Amino acid sequence: MSAPLLDVRGLRTVFETRAGTVCAVDGVDVSVHRGECLGIVGESGSGKSVTFASVMGLVKSPGRIEAGTILLDGCDLRGLTPKQMRAVRGKDIAMTMQDALTALNPALTVGEQIAEVFDAHDYTLPRRGSARARAIRDKSAEMLGLVGIPSAESRLRQYPHEFSGGMRQRIMIAIALACRPKLLIADEPTTALDVTIQAQVLELITEIRARLGMSVVLITHDLGVVAEHCDRVMVMYAGQVIEEGPTAEVIAQPQHPYTRGLLASIPRPALRGQPIRPIEGQVPDLIGLPPQCRFYSRCPLHRDACLAPVAMRSAGPNRRVRCILSGEPVE
Amino acid sequence: MSLGKLLERILQLLPVLLGVSLIVFAMMALTPGDPVQIMIGDQSVTPEQEAALRRDLGLDRPIHERFFLFVTDAVRGDFGESFYHRRPVADVIAERLPATIELSLVALIVALATAIPLGVLAAIRKNSVLDRLATVGSLLGVSLPGFWFGILLMMLFAVHLQILPVSGRIGYSSEIVPITGFLLVDTLLRGNLSAFWDALSHIILPAITLGLPMTAILMRVTRTSMLEVLRQDYVTFAEAKGLSRRRVLFRHALKNALIPTVSVAAIETGSLLGGNMIVETVFGWPGLGRLVVESIFLRNYPLVQAAVLFYAVTYVLLNFAADLLYTALNPRVKL
Repeated sequence: MSAPLLDVRGLRTVFETRAGTVCAVDGVDVSVHRGECLGIVGESGSGKSVTFASVMGLVKSPGRIEAGTILLDGCDLRGLTPKQMRAVRGKDIAMTMQDALTALNPALTVGEQIAEVFDAHDYTLPRRGSARARAIRDKSAEMLGLVGIPSAESRLRQYPHEFSGGMRQRIMIAIALACRPKLLIADEPTTALDVTIQAQVLELITEIRARLGMSVVLITHDLGVVAEHCDRVMVMYAGQVIEEGPTAEVIAQPQHPYTRGLLASIPRPALRGQPIRPIEGQVPDLIGLPPQCRFYSRCPLHRDACLAPVAMRSAGPNRRVRCILSGEPVE
Repeated sequence: MSLGKLLERILQLLPVLLGVSLIVFAMMALTPGDPVQIMIGDQSVTPEQEAALRRDLGLDRPIHERFFLFVTDAVRGDFGESFYHRRPVADVIAERLPATIELSLVALIVALATAIPLGVLAAIRKNSVLDRLATVGSLLGVSLPGFWFGILLMMLFAVHLQILPVSGRIGYSSEIVPITGFLLVDTLLRGNLSAFWDALSHIILPAITLGLPMTAILMRVTRTSMLEVLRQDYVTFAEAKGLSRRRVLFRHALKNALIPTVSVAAIETGSLLGGNMIVETVFGWPGLGRLVVESIFLRNYPLVQAAVLFYAVTYVLLNFAADLLYTALNPRVKL
């Protein structure tokens, strides 16, 4: 297999707070291959968004990346100057946010918000003058057309509030994809939408991914979305990756008790009438964590051996799990 | 903005003006001191002469009649004659107005030009030394009384350093024939550069004094709203697009952050009118504010009434302008 497009090793991102240092991401390894769709699953505070904010170089004070390497196409992003990083953001890696209503600037027209991406990154455009402006306008309209917004030319002059929720999500995707990035990070792309629109937006992402041959990271807490759209899935808990593997295998045979709990807590038509089985307990406080397995307090299978630090273990080809009850230690 | 809305705003002005006139009228009548006595002063006059003067000024009629006359005349645009100047009040005010407008505009420009950059810088460098200095400075700015701060500036720059004039609007040697009444404009129109610098040097200290509280308020508003905006998703998204820092800060953040600043500035401009009375008195500025203060001492009823009406109209119009600006800056709002 060729080298992955994105290769993150040992990422550690911390936030300094008054109560102490919060370790939001603790030794995370992620690799995203060319053309694949990787799903990241985890509840709020599991570190999934912070991991990719770190990749984008968007961790803001009081947060900082403490350790790790982030290789994109072999280039270490952590070694780049802020200016070099800006050239990568929006061009090689793009991001969409959870809620397009808040992610689009209310005071700028949609056209301007697309155009500025071309203006910042597209070096094939005419240097200046009206030719440049026209080329940018054409490209912006083309992007709106690509995400399925009719009469794009005239809608460029409108403001975000003049569009429906689904349309805004499409606009945000159009902005992210403007410069044909190699990697799209879609952070909870459907959470703010109602169900019918959710399906449309995900279809759109999948379709464009195939057409442009880009890789997609889909951050979500919806395992159903992952099952339908992702080639591989990574489950995060309390700042660590606890299970990883091809989507079908992980869903068919979850290895980690947490993954099993997540799958068991999804309502299913077959189990109608029975109560939903949530995972008992709460995510541990991320300040001053003991070295033990982070799921210890909530795990139905915990034993004394779990009080020692747990490393990632191999659980078959392309599968990894962080639980002493499954898999085998890796060298 | 439809014509109907505009009409509605103008109609809303009427009860405000009626109320303001009534209050001013009552307050002037209740204030001790008799304009006729003040005008007579030390001169010896017969009771007949005094009664004639009183009748001449219309002060022999009962107060409700005087109020009714004032309102009916005012509706026709006649605000009466100044007791002191013996000329129509409207003319006297119009003469003094350019000086006051000029001073207020320069104060406004000074305030905006310092408050917005300072507020933005304080927000970007939150908790830095600059931020703390700006916060303390703005607290001082709101709390320092204008007359005291003005005299302080005067002592430093005019008396000790002697780089700026003490008071007045322009030096005697630089007097020019007015065109618009705005000296900074007129001196340029006449091509008299040395007179322009003279006028500019006269206006600096009063403008800073007048603009200080406004600067302080606007700086705080800008800082707060900028901090608020910088936390928004659309700023993060703009950064995720790889835009330059300048574009993120000014095009994305500042455009939204300025919405509250501009509306507060428009409303606060009204407060410059009140500040004018003090600052113009301190700096011997020949504007409307000083005229009103003098007229109050002289119990020059018609002038005070007309001036206060003028203030009220200006204030309401500025509020209206604030709404219009808010709409212009914020595409989500339609009047």
